Amino acid sequence: MAEGRVLIVEDNRVNRLLLARNVEQLGLVVATAENGRLALELLRREPFDLLLLDIAMPEMDGYEVLQRMLADVQLRDLPVIVTSSVEGLDSVVRCIALGAEDYLHKPVNPVLLKARIHASLEKKRLRDELKAMLRRFATTEVAQDMQQAGFALGGRKVRGAVMFTDIRGFTAIVESQSPEEIIDLLNTWYMLMFDAINSHGGVVNQMIGDGLMAIFGAPLPLADPCKRAVAAAREMTEMVAQYSAERVALGKPPIAVGIGIATGDMVAGYTGTEKRATYTCIGDTVNLAARLEAHTRIAKCSILVDAATRAELGDGVPVDPLGSAQLKGKAAPVDIFSIGL
Amino acid sequence: MSSDSSALIDLNVFTALQESAGADFVIELVDTFLEEGPLMLAELRAAWDADDADTFKRTAHSLKSNGQTFGALGFAALARTLELDGLAAAKARGDVALLTIERAYGEIAAELQELVHG
Repeated sequence: MAEGRVLIVEDNRVNRLLLARNVEQLGLVVATAENGRLALELLRREPFDLLLLDIAMPEMDGYEVLQRMLADVQLRDLPVIVTSSVEGLDSVVRCIALGAEDYLHKPVNPVLLKARIHASLEKKRLRDELKAMLRRFATTEVAQDMQQAGFALGGRKVRGAVMFTDIRGFTAIVESQSPEEIIDLLNTWYMLMFDAINSHGGVVNQMIGDGLMAIFGAPLPLADPCKRAVAAAREMTEMVAQYSAERVALGKPPIAVGIGIATGDMVAGYTGTEKRATYTCIGDTVNLAARLEAHTRIAKCSILVDAATRAELGDGVPVDPLGSAQLKGKAAPVDIFSIGL
Repeated sequence: MSSDSSALIDLNVFTALQESAGADFVIELVDTFLEEGPLMLAELRAAWDADDADTFKRTAHSLKSNGQTFGALGFAALARTLELDGLAAAKARGDVALLTIERAYGEIAAELQELVHG
């Protein structure tokens, strides 16, 4: 039997009772509203999986409900089946154009209603899964932006901060631990890193072995991307230190983190094919961040940033200028700065 | 069930409704319609008097929908004419349009009452 909460919006009492009966017979939980205005109030207050919507209603009709749902990020993905006695194809076309999943003429055939409800609930379940998956890799805001803007290969120029990080000495750890322990370590590591990055507005867009790349300032513009990236980096370092202490207490090897951050212009967008693509940023800023992360081993510090990041940080963060360094792949020496905790 | 009732209520539709929603539930549904019907007809007349074309259309639409649900197809057809023609066209025919649907409602209400309460 299906599970789900269905909101029935219908001004006519007989129709409302009958639809509620039909839906309850499917084992679903039903709530009702007498017009569009009351329905929107309920939708914004309680979670629903499906809306059965009448068109001709006093106060606010079904078309206006569809319009308002379409404009509302929280409601636009909720499936709507229109149940109406309004005649003519125009009404059907208008509802579908406004995002309705389906249109059933009243009196509604219960067998058809059952099939359409199950199909809509299944779509809703798949959408929810997709959203949950997206949110594992990005903040809620970014996930919503991706859902709204849709997916298209191609890039645009953005300004932001790029962060690279990995586990220091990971290869040695792999050689001394069991596969189960390695996976457990990686899962904990990623959880800590994602939490810190997402909570400061960053997006993890690549995971490679024990390393990851995060972007601050794309796909959505972000105020103070450098400050946020550095705040995330400091939090990450602190959390890894705590986690390492717990590991040592259990007789396991300690772990440490290296983080490189660079700020500047880059090209951001989806790259790949229509079937498999990734959101990423490319350009000198990205290369520099990767080189800074690699250089943390040589400089023997946890967080290294470039001059552009340093310039936008202000005075609230302990910064140690390390002079200029010759980084791999860079023709000229680069000024580097270590960030303290 | 008298054979006369089939003239006003399509028994195929009514029986299918009882089978899908349950006979006991249909008693409740008919009773609701017997409460709501007079209110909707009063709203239709008020909209006529107030020259409120939107309410007139929406109420006729609602009566049509309920008529179709119970298999009162003749009644539903009268309501449909009012809905699609609109208030101005109905008024052009004089209040016979209102009197006709009010009389038709009285007839189907009696038949529905008979069908569920005997």
